[in-house]
Amino acid sequence: MSALILIELNGSEVNASSRAAITAASQLSDSIDALVLTNDSSNSESVSKLAGINSVKMIVDDALEHANVEVASKLIAEAMSGYKYLVSGSSTYSKNILPRVGALLDVQPISDVCEIKSNNTFVRPLYAGNIMATVESSDEIIIMTVRATAFEHSGDGGSAKVEALSSTIPESNSTFISLQESQSERPELTTAARIVSGGRGLGSKENFALIEQLADKLDAAVGASRAAVDAGFISNDYQVGQTGKVVAPQLYLAVGISGAIQHLAGMKDSQVIVVINNDPDAPMSRMADLVWQTDLFVALKELNEYQI
Amino acid sequence: MKIIIPIKRVLDPYTQARVNKQTEQVDLANAKMAMNPFCEIAVEEALTLKESGAASETIAVSIGTDKTVDTLRTALAMGVDRAIFIKTESELDLQPLHIGKILANIIRREEAELIIMGKQAVDNDNNQTGQILSGLLDYSLGTFISKFELSADASSVEVSREIDSGIEIRKLNLPAIVTVDLRLNEPRYASLPNIMKARSKPLETIELDSLGIDTSPRIKVISVVESGTKDRASKQISSAEELFSELNQMGVL
Ligand SMILES: Cc1cc2nc3c(=O)[nH]c(=O)nc-3n(C[C@H](O)[C@H](O)[C@H](O)COP(=O)(O)OP(=O)(O)OC[C@H]3O[C@@H](n4cnc5c(N)ncnc54)[C@H](O)[C@@H]3O)c2cc1C
Repeated sequence: MSALILIELNGSEVNASSRAAITAASQLSDSIDALVLTNDSSNSESVSKLAGINSVKMIVDDALEHANVEVASKLIAEAMSGYKYLVSGSSTYSKNILPRVGALLDVQPISDVCEIKSNNTFVRPLYAGNIMATVESSDEIIIMTVRATAFEHSGDGGSAKVEALSSTIPESNSTFISLQESQSERPELTTAARIVSGGRGLGSKENFALIEQLADKLDAAVGASRAAVDAGFISNDYQVGQTGKVVAPQLYLAVGISGAIQHLAGMKDSQVIVVINNDPDAPMSRMADLVWQTDLFVALKELNEYQI
Repeated sequence: MKIIIPIKRVLDPYTQARVNKQTEQVDLANAKMAMNPFCEIAVEEALTLKESGAASETIAVSIGTDKTVDTLRTALAMGVDRAIFIKTESELDLQPLHIGKILANIIRREEAELIIMGKQAVDNDNNQTGQILSGLLDYSLGTFISKFELSADASSVEVSREIDSGIEIRKLNLPAIVTVDLRLNEPRYASLPNIMKARSKPLETIELDSLGIDTSPRIKVISVVESGTKDRASKQISSAEELFSELNQMGVL
């Protein structure tokens, strides 16, 4: 009953959600292999060091630099021969590819697994996380993505052998044009210990810089509500929520965010929640550990000037 | 070019989902229902293409019990040309793989070249159906799109995809499936005259059973529990000094 992990790379580094996938798979199987699709064979290095991996299967081809879903899904479906489980982190990378693999293998995939109950029974969120469902799969092969906030991130310490798969790269009907990557020196949102998040209340892109300033002071990542992203205060990859990123930091500081259920879906498991809002009835305040009911500009000025 | 827009009727996204104590299922019997917000965005995009002259026909498809017709009528009132209703006898637990197979059947029959649909439905939050459908049909796929541009000769589309690291731009040859994200457009409201007009627009009903698709569940829901946000103690503070001292005590700085 062996498991295959689809590894997502950020440059040459293994994505944190892939590490969560290894932890989840270790609850299902004692024989775990990693699959990497890449254009650069030197990327095997970081993967072979992962703890808990038997062997690393690599498919290396220039066409795999920007994972083309039509190609990737066919290659993964082929590589699944002999495996019972295909596990990956809940990232846009895996959410894009895994369901298409499911279609090719006639398997109903399971999204956003938060807990493993048995070898075919899992807990996953519905309705923006307001409902948790326990679901049982009757498929021969089980394909799933797992929430990076729900499983520990497995570390390094292994020395798995690397095997290059000699797959034929299929024709593709789509082409990569460009990637506009957000560059930031700050901690990565989904793995940060602290997050300062801003909402519509900030009013403008210029004012949103106050959030960034506070984040730097606290060595925190920056987050945002959908309203802040829609208004162009900050780019889409900072959105926290049902349709953005799911986070569970030690500290989540929400400034000028009302607390719609779609936003709460992405941050309600944060350890300590602090709310700065001038509306005493903002739903966000009810789930806060600390509430500072004031004009956010007054609070941000004071916080940014405060000598820690 | 024909555009098919698969749409779903869901619990109103601003309503809190509740578990019914008797049925031990999510209570939808008396709940406010609506078109999945992502589907509204898909409808809007298809209508814009039709209005620009790029599309010949827009067709909304939905699967469910009789109440699903309301949602199709909403799409017609927004401006879609016609609707296909796949009728189920009871509330079946249809999963994305089933939905994909049903839609693939309709898309083959209609010979549609472009499918625009929501990236996820806000009830089950699976984020799978478009991807599965693309695999079944071997169409090219663009997920999570926030920008869409059809080429002048209508043979391809350029899409911007909202991904974890930023925005990816790809070119997809048709036939293609795109799944839309929130920032693609602002869906229109149906005007009263259009709601009236929608009543006489064509709506074809197809019995699910007549399609001969195996819909036996692959995944069984064993139980559902409410896990909404829990209220916390919410201590009031009123200065930066107080905040930092609290956070220090909690050990999160
Ligand atoms: C399908 C769907 C998916 C969605 N997905 C997401 C998602 O992933 N993430 C997400 O965040 N949202 C999502 N939303 C949107 C969500 O419903 C809310 O509209 C959004 O979260 C609101 O953002 P906000 O709190 O910044 O703005 P608002 O709700 O407008 O709140 C602004 C807050 O700022 C406060 N404020 C204003 N000025 C000041 C001031 N000077 N001082 C102090 N406080 C001030 C106000 O009191 C208010 O509480 C989704 C919606 C739908 C329909």
